[in-house]
Amino acid sequence: MAVKPLTTVAGRRRGVRARPRRRATRYHWAGWAFSAPFCLVFLIAIVAPLAYAVYLSLYQDRLVGGNVFVGLANYAAAFSDRLFHVGLGRVALFLVVQVPIMLTLATLAALALDSGRLRWAGVYRVGIFVPYAVPAVVATFIWGYLYGDDFGLFGGAALSGQWILVSIGNITTWSWTGYNMLILYSALRVVPKELYEAAEIDGAGEIRKAVSIKLPALRPALLLCTIFSIIGSFQLFNEPNVLAALAPAQITTYYTPNMYAYNLAFNGQQYNYAAAIAVVLGLVTIVVSYAVQLTAGRRERLS
Amino acid sequence: MKRAALTIPMIGMLLYCVLPLLWLLFAATKSNAGLFGSPGLWFADDFALLDNIRQVFTYSGGAYGRWFANSVLYAVAGAGGATIICALGGYALATYRFPGARVLFAVVLGAITVPTTALAVPTFLLFTRLGLVNTPWAVLIPALASPFGLYLMKVYAADAVPASMIEAARIDGAGELRIFVSIALRLLRPGLVTVLLFTLVATWNNYFLPLIMLSDPAWYPLTVGLEQWNSQTGSASGGQAVYNLVITGSLIAIIPLILSFLFLQRYWQSGLSAGAIKQ
Repeated sequence: MAVKPLTTVAGRRRGVRARPRRRATRYHWAGWAFSAPFCLVFLIAIVAPLAYAVYLSLYQDRLVGGNVFVGLANYAAAFSDRLFHVGLGRVALFLVVQVPIMLTLATLAALALDSGRLRWAGVYRVGIFVPYAVPAVVATFIWGYLYGDDFGLFGGAALSGQWILVSIGNITTWSWTGYNMLILYSALRVVPKELYEAAEIDGAGEIRKAVSIKLPALRPALLLCTIFSIIGSFQLFNEPNVLAALAPAQITTYYTPNMYAYNLAFNGQQYNYAAAIAVVLGLVTIVVSYAVQLTAGRRERLS
Repeated sequence: MKRAALTIPMIGMLLYCVLPLLWLLFAATKSNAGLFGSPGLWFADDFALLDNIRQVFTYSGGAYGRWFANSVLYAVAGAGGATIICALGGYALATYRFPGARVLFAVVLGAITVPTTALAVPTFLLFTRLGLVNTPWAVLIPALASPFGLYLMKVYAADAVPASMIEAARIDGAGELRIFVSIALRLLRPGLVTVLLFTLVATWNNYFLPLIMLSDPAWYPLTVGLEQWNSQTGSASGGQAVYNLVITGSLIAIIPLILSFLFLQRYWQSGLSAGAIKQ
């Protein structure tokens, strides 16, 4: 940067004086100006669609009478919609099985990387992380071919009936374990070294240190990973939608809530009902994430 | 003994993560015939990689090149723009105390848990009204809004840019924008690279949003385009099976991101450690 260096010489300050009010308002303007671009895109891309979804969900498009205000009728329909329930139950099952497996793997890998007892730790770190850089679509192609009976390794069983959800779980575990591992590993890196030294003086071994220092230090980062995984599970779409080309009989158009909303909107032209489904799905996601945060303890909220 | 108990499971994890990519690498060297008659993790008799690459870029009027260019456009403009917007906003929240700052930060924290894919269908309906559907803007505008990126930049900026340095620059007569450009941006670099890479992955790998927003194949990114080739292969009704094109096209599609992660490692890892994870 070809700008003359701005000195940080404290001696040039003429004593500490209360800041004049005029300068304070100038900083208000700077604050607003700097955050204005974010506020603008935030309004257009998040707030407006959210509001529009709620608005749409309160109407119905009828053959006779056109667009009619129906209050909560779409929501009532969603609550008694078996197809929606099936999808929601499926992603909930996915959540309680796949997420703990993935986060346990990620935590163990992060602890192993941080233990300092692994030779060539960098190779493991990068290698396990690399699937994160692979698009879900491509990850699903790769595993889909491996699962398939054409030239794969699993002879097609992975794409049949009950196994298909496990197969999807394997794809997301493959894609996201390294990402979570890296977040957890980064959290371990900032644990003050003195804590370990004190523990060693007290005679603690590696396992003892992992259990009583590292795991508690990981809790905020684990909470963050859990929240993101909850969102990811409820929003499941890419993997089943791409796999549907390989296993059309197993993966229905309402396989996950997001696929259901998508198919309602684009294949059924039921925009209002699709909006209601999207709103309910968003609410369920937020409620579950919030419940997890609450049970994890007030002190460890994101802020 | 202890080291083995640690190393063996980690080797297992490493193989689990890397072998599928290795399979892709080998598969990309095979013709359609070779794919069916050769071991997964070794070459076939014919080495067809160069021929596959040529086919990928010439098949159906050179569509792949167009999709690749689109992906680059969406990723560079979307992720680059999002990073700049998050840097400005995060720096503002960390540095200035202005009316509305606390509300803004609270809203952003709340928005992190709003699932953006749940917004995809409503965003499509809204953008239809605004006439943005089937234009690059339909993919770019949502890519620009990253609450998590703003949160990361705020946390990072609070640590990395000392108030005393800003104060000194002001006494030297520098304006606020100049302080940001010539001092803060440099100090924020690891945080910037971290946000850039994560938004880059999000846009380059995005599938759901462009699938919804774009109906003209000329605007497809790689993910949507490749999926179209794949479903054409799967259904086998629409013409020839193009496994080799899907596989080689996939391999080419993942190279840019893997390279950028490897080259920028030093930055994003310190970015993650230093600021991003402190809470």
